[in-house]
Amino acid sequence: MKVTITVNGKTHENDVEPRTLLVQYVRETLGLTGTNIGCDTSSCGACSLHLNGESVKSCTVLAVQADGGTVTTIEGLAKDGVMHPMQQAFMDNHGLQCGFCTPGMVMAAIGLLNENPSPTEEQVRIGLEGNLCRCTGYHNIVKSVLACADNK
Amino acid sequence: MAGSILGNRVLRKEDPKFLTTGGVYVDDLLTEPALVGALHVTYVRSSVAHGIITSIDTSDAKSMPGIVAVLTGKDLGLEPVPSAYNPAATRTLLATDKVRFVGEPIVAIVSNTREQGEDAIDAVIIDYDVLPALIDLEEAMASTTLLYDACGSNVVFDSMVLGLPDNTGDAYFADCEVVVKGRYLNQRVAPCPLEVRGAAAAWGKDGRLTEWLSTQHAQGAVAPLAAANGVEESMVHVKTPDVGGGFGAKIGAYPEELLLGVIAKRVGKAVRWRETRSESMVGLGHGRAQLQYVTIGGKRDGTVTHYQLWAIQDSGGWVDMGTILAPFMTRPMSSGVYAIPNIECRTTSVVTNTTPTVAYRGAGRPEATAAIERAMDMFALEIGMDAVEVRRKNLIPKFLTPHTTVVGQTYDVGDYETSLDKALVAADYKGWRAKQKAARDSGATKQIGIGVSVYVEITGGVGNGESAKVEVLDNGHALIYTGTSPHGQGHATSWAMLANEQTGIPIENIELVWGDTDLVPIGTGTMGSRSLQQGGNAVFAVAAELVNKAKSVAARLLEASEEDIVLDKDSASFHVAGTPAVAKTWAELAVAEKQAGGLVHSDVINVSGATFPFGAHVAIVEVDVETGKVTHIAHTACDDAGKVLNPMLLEGQIHGGVAQGVAQALLEEVSYDSDGNPITSNLADYAFISAAELPSVTVVHMETPTPVNLIGAKGIGESGTIGSTPSVQSAVIDAVSQFGVKHIDMPTTAEKVWAAIQSAR
Repeated sequence: MKVTITVNGKTHENDVEPRTLLVQYVRETLGLTGTNIGCDTSSCGACSLHLNGESVKSCTVLAVQADGGTVTTIEGLAKDGVMHPMQQAFMDNHGLQCGFCTPGMVMAAIGLLNENPSPTEEQVRIGLEGNLCRCTGYHNIVKSVLACADNK
Repeated sequence: MAGSILGNRVLRKEDPKFLTTGGVYVDDLLTEPALVGALHVTYVRSSVAHGIITSIDTSDAKSMPGIVAVLTGKDLGLEPVPSAYNPAATRTLLATDKVRFVGEPIVAIVSNTREQGEDAIDAVIIDYDVLPALIDLEEAMASTTLLYDACGSNVVFDSMVLGLPDNTGDAYFADCEVVVKGRYLNQRVAPCPLEVRGAAAAWGKDGRLTEWLSTQHAQGAVAPLAAANGVEESMVHVKTPDVGGGFGAKIGAYPEELLLGVIAKRVGKAVRWRETRSESMVGLGHGRAQLQYVTIGGKRDGTVTHYQLWAIQDSGGWVDMGTILAPFMTRPMSSGVYAIPNIECRTTSVVTNTTPTVAYRGAGRPEATAAIERAMDMFALEIGMDAVEVRRKNLIPKFLTPHTTVVGQTYDVGDYETSLDKALVAADYKGWRAKQKAARDSGATKQIGIGVSVYVEITGGVGNGESAKVEVLDNGHALIYTGTSPHGQGHATSWAMLANEQTGIPIENIELVWGDTDLVPIGTGTMGSRSLQQGGNAVFAVAAELVNKAKSVAARLLEASEEDIVLDKDSASFHVAGTPAVAKTWAELAVAEKQAGGLVHSDVINVSGATFPFGAHVAIVEVDVETGKVTHIAHTACDDAGKVLNPMLLEGQIHGGVAQGVAQALLEEVSYDSDGNPITSNLADYAFISAAELPSVTVVHMETPTPVNLIGAKGIGESGTIGSTPSVQSAVIDAVSQFGVKHIDMPTTAEKVWAAIQSAR
C-alpha cells in the first residue's frame, strides 16, 4: 500500500506491506534507528514518537494509519545543532545510561509536558508509567522532566 | 592552576549521540557494508519444559515464502558441548535429543526478512515424548527423573565437592539461648535489559568470522565462538556496538549467538538475529532463584553467636554461571557485616526445567545479604529488641586493615556503623518510628513500615587487573583502548577524566575504544562492578607512564634533562622547569615520535585484590492493611564505594541499583505453572518496575578509600541492589508485624501481604 508520511519535516512516499508497523517504517524503510523496539506487547515505550503532535507507541500504530500524517522522531528534535530543552535536561541531569529507552522516554516526556506543563513529581511518575527504563531507576528521568516543566 | 577533574560532576561525553540520533545497537547496523543483504535467523524453541524430541519435520516450513533454509542440530552436525561448571552435563547448541526448558532453541530458520522467519515458526512440526517437568527445586533434588543422566543427579554442584564441610544441623545451636529458623525464597527474576539479545555474523574473504554482539565481554566470546565455528581464535573478530543494558545476563555468549557463524557459512551469506521480548524472557538467563534455609542463634542480650545457611541454587535447565554463584559469591559473603563467631554455610546447585540462571546485578551477594539481614530481623523480633540495635551490637567494628571473617573471606576496609548512623539520620529513622507508633495507636488502615539493612559486598572479584592503551594522535587528541565494556556506565567520560588528570588533554579530545577484539585483544569486560577499580585504574596507570614517555621525547626536543621536564596540565604541554615560554604540545611530541612508533603506551595493570563496598539502606513503606497494597514512600541509601571519580555517575548507579532491588522486594518474579510453562513471558505479564512504583532516592555520601588500587575506588554498580532489597522486604514485614506476621517471601505483593495478615490474625 502507498503511504505519504511527513517525518521530521520531510515528506516520504513509500509502498509498505499492510502489516508494517509505524516503528518498522521509520526504522527500516527510512533508516531512522533512533526509535527502538524493546518489547512486543506495547509495554515498554521504547518506540514512542510523535504522530500529529501526540506521543504514541509506534509499535501499536500501523504505517498505513499514519498515512497523511506528521511524525517527529528523536532525530527531528534538535534544531540547527541545538538540542531540544528536554534533550538538554536529560543530559544535564544524567537522565540516561545505556540510552536504549532514551529516545522513547524523551518523546514521551515532551508529550507529557504538552498535556500538563506544570506536573507534580507524582504526575510525572504516573505519566511515564508506560515507558520502562532498567538503568536509571527513573530518579534522574523524573528530575529531567521536572527541570523542563513550567513550574520548575 | 585548575584543580583536579577527579571527583567532579562531569556531564557525559556520550550523551549527545544517544539524545539526538540514538545509539547504534546491533539491530541498527543497517548500513554496515558486511551486513547489507544479510539474511535473518529465527529460532524455533521448545514448547515443552522437559521431553525427548521424537521427530522434527521442517518440510512445510522450507516451502514458505522467503525461506532460505530450515536447519536442525543434526543438519548442522552439532556435537555435544560440556558445561564449564560440570563437564558431565552436555548439550548441543540446538537441542537434538532432549529439551530441558520452554524456550530452548531447536531449529534455525533462515529467511530473507525477519517477518518471513516468524511466519514459518508454526510450520515446523516437532514431536516430543513429554517427561515430568521438574520446576520445584526440592522436588528436583529428590527426583529420580534426571535432566542430565550423566550427572547421576539433578544436583550438579555442591560446596562439599570443594572440600567444604556439610552443615551440622540443630546440634550447632545447642548452647544458644535463642534460636530462630527461617525458610526464605530469593525468587527468580528476569534481568530485562531494555535491549534484548541480538547479533550478526559475516565471514570475510580472509576466512575470518566477524561477529557483532550485544555483550558485556567481547573478548570472552572469542573462545566459544571459535569452538562453535571450528576455527582458531585468531580467526574470530568480535565487535560490540552500543549495548542497551546487560545487568550480568549478557556476560556469556548464548547458543543463538554462537551458531550464527555456522549458519552464515551454511547459507553462504551474512546473517542477523534479534530476539523478540517474549523470546528474551525465556532465552536470556534469569537471576537469583535461591532457596535458603537459615538458622540464627545467640543470647537474649542481642549477641548473635551462631548462623547456619543452606543455600539451594536453582541452575535452571543448563549448568550455566548461576550454578556457581552460590558457592563462590553467596557463601564467602554469608557473614555479612557481622562479627559472628560461628558460621556454617553449605550450597547446593540443582538443575530444573526452567530457563538457566546466570549472573544478575549482584550475582550471589544480594542472596547472601538478604539471608543474613532477614535472619537478623527475625532474631530481633524474637528477643523483642529494635532491629537496628541488634545489628549495632553485632557489627564488625571499623577496620582499616584487612579483616577476615570466620568463613574465610578477607574484607579490605570497613566502617559499617558509620554508614548505618548516616543512613538513619538522613532517613529520619526516629521520626518515622514516631509516625509508625501514631499510626499503630490510631489503628489506621494505612500502616507505616520501616526497614533497615546493612551490607557488605564484593566487587572487582572477576579478573586480576585490566588492559589499557593510551595513544596520542598527531592532532594532540588521545585514544583510550580499554578492556572493559560500557553499556550505560559512562566509561567514555570516566576514562577520559582519568586520562585528563594525568595528561591534561581535555576530555572532549579523548575518545574511547572498547569491545573490538582486534583493537583490544585483552579484556575482562564489564561485570561484578569491576570496571573502575580495574579498567579505570589501568587507564590511570598507563596514562601516567605515557606522560613519562612524553617527557623523554620533550627532553630530547628541548635539549634538556628528562628530570627537568614538567607537564603543565592546564595547557597540556611540556616545558623545562622555570622556562614555560618554550613548550612542546602533545601534538608536537606525537608528530616527533611518529617514526619511532608513535606516542603510545599499553599495559596490563594488576590489582592486589577485590574490594568490599558497604553501606546501609533505610526503606519506608506504607501498607494498606485491608488490601495488602504496599507503597514505597521513601528510600535512603548510604553506599561507600571508596574514592569517588564522578558523583553524578555514582548516584546514577545507586538509583538504578536501588530500583532493581526494590523491584525484587515488591513486584518482580518469574513464574511457571506446574508443567513448566512460563507465565511471565512478556513485559505485560512480568511486573517490570516503573516510575510510578518508586520514590526518589536520598543518596548519602561516604568515602572510605581502598588501598587495593591506585585510585582508591571500589565498585558501585551493584551496591544499590544489594542494600535495597532486604530493607524494603523488612519494611513491609515491619508494617504488619503488629499483627503477628514474622516473614513474607518476596515479592511482597498485595496478595501475599493480605494473606499473611489474615493468617496471623
